[in-house]
Parts: sequence; C-alpha cells; structure tokens
Amino acid sequence: MNRARFIPLIVFALIVVAVAWRLAVPRDDRVASKLEGQQLPAFALPPALPGKPGLASADLASGSPRLVNVFASWCVPCAAEAPVLLELKRRGVKIDAIAIRDRPEDVAAFLARYGDPFERIGGDSESRVQIALGSSGVPESFVIDGKGVIRAQHIGPIMEQDISGILAALEAAR
Amino acid sequence: MIAEAGLAALWLAAALALLQLGLALGVGGAPGKAIDTIRGVAVAQGLLTLAAFVALIMLFLRTDLSVLLVAENSHADKPWLYKFAGTWGNHEGSMLLWVTVLALAGAVVAKFERNLDERSLGKTLAAQAALALGFFAFLLFASNPFARIDRAPLEGRGLNPLLQDPGLAFHPPTLYLGYVGLSVAFSLAVGALVTRQVGPALARAMQPWVLGAWVLLTLGITAGSYWAYYELGWGGWWFWDPVENASLMPWLAATALLHSLNVLAARGGLRAWTMMLALVAFSMSMVGTFLVRSGILTSVHAFAVDPTRGSFILVLLTLYIGAALTLFALRIGAVKEGAPFDPVSREGALVANNLFLSVILGIVLVGTLYPLIAEAATGEKLSVGPPYFNATAGPLALILAALMMIGPQLRWRRDRVAVMPRLAPGLIVALATLVATFLLAPDISLLARLGLALGAGLVPASLMPLLGRALRRTPLAIWGMCIAHLGVAVALIGMASDSAFTREKLTTAVPGDRVAIGPWVVELGSIMPVAGPNWTALEAELRASRGGGVSVLKTQSRYFTEPVTTTNEAAIETDWNGQLYAVLGAQDVATGRWQVRLWWKPFVTLIWFGGVLIALGGLLALVGRWWRGVRTRRRLVEAEL
Repeated sequence: MNRARFIPLIVFALIVVAVAWRLAVPRDDRVASKLEGQQLPAFALPPALPGKPGLASADLASGSPRLVNVFASWCVPCAAEAPVLLELKRRGVKIDAIAIRDRPEDVAAFLARYGDPFERIGGDSESRVQIALGSSGVPESFVIDGKGVIRAQHIGPIMEQDISGILAALEAAR
Repeated sequence: MIAEAGLAALWLAAALALLQLGLALGVGGAPGKAIDTIRGVAVAQGLLTLAAFVALIMLFLRTDLSVLLVAENSHADKPWLYKFAGTWGNHEGSMLLWVTVLALAGAVVAKFERNLDERSLGKTLAAQAALALGFFAFLLFASNPFARIDRAPLEGRGLNPLLQDPGLAFHPPTLYLGYVGLSVAFSLAVGALVTRQVGPALARAMQPWVLGAWVLLTLGITAGSYWAYYELGWGGWWFWDPVENASLMPWLAATALLHSLNVLAARGGLRAWTMMLALVAFSMSMVGTFLVRSGILTSVHAFAVDPTRGSFILVLLTLYIGAALTLFALRIGAVKEGAPFDPVSREGALVANNLFLSVILGIVLVGTLYPLIAEAATGEKLSVGPPYFNATAGPLALILAALMMIGPQLRWRRDRVAVMPRLAPGLIVALATLVATFLLAPDISLLARLGLALGAGLVPASLMPLLGRALRRTPLAIWGMCIAHLGVAVALIGMASDSAFTREKLTTAVPGDRVAIGPWVVELGSIMPVAGPNWTALEAELRASRGGGVSVLKTQSRYFTEPVTTTNEAAIETDWNGQLYAVLGAQDVATGRWQVRLWWKPFVTLIWFGGVLIALGGLLALVGRWWRGVRTRRRLVEAEL
C-alpha cells in the first residue's frame, strides 16, 4: 500500500506527458499517397465531349508540370471545386481532366454552368483509367511533372485553403 | 447589452469564486466562522453564472449576429429549438454550460448539505471554488462566449447539420450534468482527505450526488448510443469512438463508486478505495471533456484543435488532478480502514464488482490513449478499434454479469446461511438458455451465446432480493437496485441478440423491386425530392410487410446548404421483436439503380430499454434516499415538539 498509493499519480503524469506532446507536435493527418514518384500508367482516352481534345498519358509528359483533375458532372463536390480550379488556371496552372462515367451532353452542361478550366478532357466511361491511377473517388487531382511522373495526389475537392499547397507541389515538380 | 451583462455576470461570479476560496482557506479569520458567509457566496456565484448562461441563450434565440459565437454557429433560418440547443453546440457555449452546472452544484452543496461537519464542508467548498475559478479563467481569458465582432455579418454560419436533431439537442447537457455532478464527489473527497474525516457521514453526503450524476450519465450514454444508431446510418449502436469512451469512463468509475459507497455508508469499509474512485470519476470527466474538446484524439465528433486552449486546459487538469492525487497519496495512510469482512459476503461481492469495473475502465483508458502514447513513443500512427475493446472488455463484462447474479443474494460481513437456494433460479434459467441456444442457434459466437444465457439468468436473479419481502414496505433503494440490475439483464440480452441474429443486406434496386430480409419483404416505392427548413432531400418510400399489414418507411438522404453536408436519415420500423433499419444510398449513374441497405435487428431495442431501466433504478434509489431524509427530519421535528 505504501508505494501503491503513488501509482495513480504516476499513471496520470504519463497521460499528461503524452497529451502535452500532442499539443506541442500537432497531428499530421496527411496521408502520403503510394502513387507519388510513380510513372503514370499508359492510357489514351477519347474526348469526353466534342470540340475538346481527349487525354493520353503522352500528353502529360510535355516537359512542364500539369494538374490532372478527375471529376464528373454528377458529382456535387466537383461543382464546389470548380471556382478554385478556375482560380488556379488564372494563376497559370495547366489543367487537364478525366471525366468519369459521364455523358458528353452532361459534361458540356457542367462546364457551361461552372466554367471550363481544362485544356484537355478524356472521357473514362468505365473508370478504367481512374482505377489504374489508384483514384478511389471524385474529385481527385494529380500533380504530374514534365516526365509523366505523379508527384502529388489530392483526394477530395481542392478548396481555397489548398491552393498554396497545390501551387507549391507544381513548383516542386518543375 | 445582453452580451455585456452576461460577461459582467461571469466576471462577478469569478470574483465570488475567488472570495469563496479565500474564505474557505481561512483568509480573514478561522474558516469555521465564515461558513455562513461561504454558503451565501456560493449561492450568489451559482445564480450569477446561471444568469450569464441565460444571457447567452437569449442571444442565440434572437440570432444576435453581432456576437461572434452566434454568427459562427447559428442562422436565422434555423428552427428555434436548434437555435436554443445551438447555445451549447459549440466550444464556448458548452464550456459556459459546464461552468454553470459546476457553480450551481456548488451552490446546492453549500445550501443543503447537512451530513458533514463544518470543517469538511468548508474544505469541500474550497475545492469546489478552486475548480470553478480555473474554468472561469478559461472562459474569460481563452473562450469568451460574449465576444462581439465589429461588423455583424448578414447571416450566420449555421450549425453542423448532424447535430440538428431533437435527441442530440439534449444529449450533451444531460452528459454535462452527469460529469459535473461528479465534481461534488471529487470536492467532498478532497475535503475529507484534508480533514481526515473519511467515514459513513461522508458516504451519505456523497451518495445523492453520485446517484444523480450516474442516472444522468446513464441516460446521456443511452441517448447518445441511440442517436449514433439512427443518425449515422451504420446500423451499429456503439463504436468505441474516443468521444463515446470519454463518456463511458466516468460512467464506469461512477458505477464502481456507487457500489463502494454502499460499503462505506453501511459498514465503514473500503475507505481508501472509495476516495480513489471519487477522485477518478471526476478526473475522467475532465480528461474526457478535454480530450474531446481539444481534438487531441481523432473522432467522428470533429472539434477544432486550438493549441492555446488545449494548453490552458491541460495546465488546469494537471493542477487539479495532480493536486488531488498527491493529496490522496500523502493522506490515505492516515485513513483507518473499516470493519473486516469475509470474502464470501456482500462486501466481498462489491469488491469484486469494483475490481472488474476498474479493470474495464483501465482497458478503455488504455485503448483510447494508446494511439496517442504509441505515436509519442515510437512515431508510429495506429488506431485501436472495436476488435480490441470487444475482445477485452466483452468477456470481463460477462464475468461482471455473472457476479451480478450472485452479489445481491449475499449478506453483509459474512454469509453463514446456505446461499445455493437463492442462487438457483438465476443459474437454472442461465443454463436452460445456454442449452436452448446450442439447440436452436448452433452457429452464433461464444460471446453472444454467453451474453444471452447470462442476460436471461440475470432476469430472475435481479428480482430475487424482492422475494419474501412485503413489497409495499420494501425500501425504494432495494427496488432501485433490482430494477437497475434488471436493466443490465435486458440491455445484455439486446446486445447479445443484436450481435447474434442481425441480418444485413446491401443491394441495388429500382422502384418496384422487392427485397427479402429476415421475416420482412421490403418493396422500394417512389423516390421523391422533399424540402425542409434548411435542407433538401431525396426521400425513398419503402413498403415493408411481414405476413399481414404493410408499414411504410421513409428514409432520406439529406443535403444541407450551410455548411454543405449530406446526411443519411435512416428509416426504422420498430416491431415488438426488433427493428427493421433502412438507409438509402447513392444512385448508380450508369444503371439508374439505387443503393439500399437493410438490416433486421431482433430485439435490438432492448439495449436502450435496458439503459432506461438502469437509469430508472438509480432514480428510484435517489427518490427513496430523499424521501427517507424528509421523513427522518419530520420525525426529529415532531420529537422536539
């Protein structure tokens, strides 16, 4: 009993140390993608809508970094993301897109409504390229360097606060 | 004006807490003489804090957008109930609610406590004032709920739509009342350790607070579990999420404390242990609230991380809990143990109860903090999930249930009378159920099978203490114990049945399709858009039939605009023997088919019904104690006349 009476105090001290450590070292919830550093899989997608070129892996090894946005006209967060992509384009980012399980007229309506920041849009009607890219949902974005290597993956919509991170990743891929 | 008045009330209350602490510590004369002044100060402090909280409620009801907290957490379009509940649906408001309950509890102790000697009461009120003072400082310096903004926005920024639910509006305050009710047990223990007066009088002073807090915690946890069940749309009723664990840990400590207080009150035993539990119960409440509020642990209940506030509260907790545990370590050697007892006795059973509850508490604490400690020590990120908790806490809970069949049948001190006849009914029913599960349901898991058997055996075992008593003259406390234990039996059967017999089906359907699940045939009817005050939704109509009539279930996939969020409202059809649970998922664009998820959960409702019974048992014991106090006082008055 003589020493046992200090046990609760010692246990509590350990908890305090762990919690203080967490306060000092904030949690890093970023999940590093396994795809980062990998060569893009080879693909060639037909145009998602008439009047705009489709997308092939060769287009992405163009010598300068590009952003590839995986989206769909039926995806609500993609609509929320659209103004941020336009802002990125305004800042000089080259953006291509892959439209997942979409119809040409729906993609056209989506772009007409929310704006069109894309240079090329490949139509991936069966999600084959999406799966090969290791993307699990829409929207997702990939930073590709000039040699066609994936340098960063952003899961979910790019929001206002992510702009600086995306620009930094593009700069690093240069 | 209201905001400024609220802030002023808060400052005044903080000043009174400081005054109360000073007086109780003997500044300006012997503390014993100041006890009447201290009582008055404590009551004034409680009322002023309440006034501040009412001011905040009024600001929310009026949607006064010039107040930062209202602008960030409310919205003029929100139904009034959620404006009201929005008062505590955010960090600052919930902290103010916490302090309000703390100050009011202090006021009630100061005004009504008559069991304790004045010295111990003085020290207790000093401890309560010290607790309140720290949290007042936290509110005033780091979380001011009444801060204004220079330019009021045109519209507020809403409230998390997941929290727009009538059940949830009252779930946090119930839990808070429970958490903070335990603060009185903490302060009483601190006071008693300072004055070395640990005995039956202290136990009697502590009992109503622990009982009341425990009833509210039980209700809060039960309601929270049901909320998660129908709102999160996962079909589960307990997820071992850190926030759930944060409410479970004080409950486990309070349950153990409740039982050990009986030994202290009746036999003067288990003194050191009871003091430890009283300190641990409120410490767990504070640690739990802190971990949740600071975002230290990852949880489905997302709260913003703010390192400044986190550090502030950590310092407070370290001071309070550290000081209390140090006091315990220094003083407990001087506390005499009570009368000895045999291992096979009521005391022996209550010690076993305490031991198992404490081990389960330890398991939950380790599981909740392990990811944090592991990352601090090795840098490895991991999470601890249901498999760990179920595999460790599950079997222990079953052993505890088995003990519950035995404990209440034993006598105090030493059981000389043959015990078997009193144990027989429970054992026979448990064994019969066990055999029946082997015959009727050979494939279910061992834990579920034992749960069913022990739950069934516990039904007659819980009622045995009533046997041979004149029911109308049986004290309410005995009734309370029997009903609470019966509640455990009922909840256990519900849990085991849910885990053993649940049927799940994930399918895609178009309107007109039929899906069979359990005894039900469910037909997907129309899917229509509907609109609420601040959301739009797709509503699926499901026609469920089993044999005779048809019941119509409506499940919604709700889309909120401020902030943009989607929630799934499960449709639940409750029948006498279980619930049919349906969730509408997304539509597959290519095929036009809708995802539909169905569960048939036999007797799942018993889980929450059991929880309510447990709370009811506690309430009966509380009422019985109060009534006995009233009668004793009346008799004393009559004797004097």
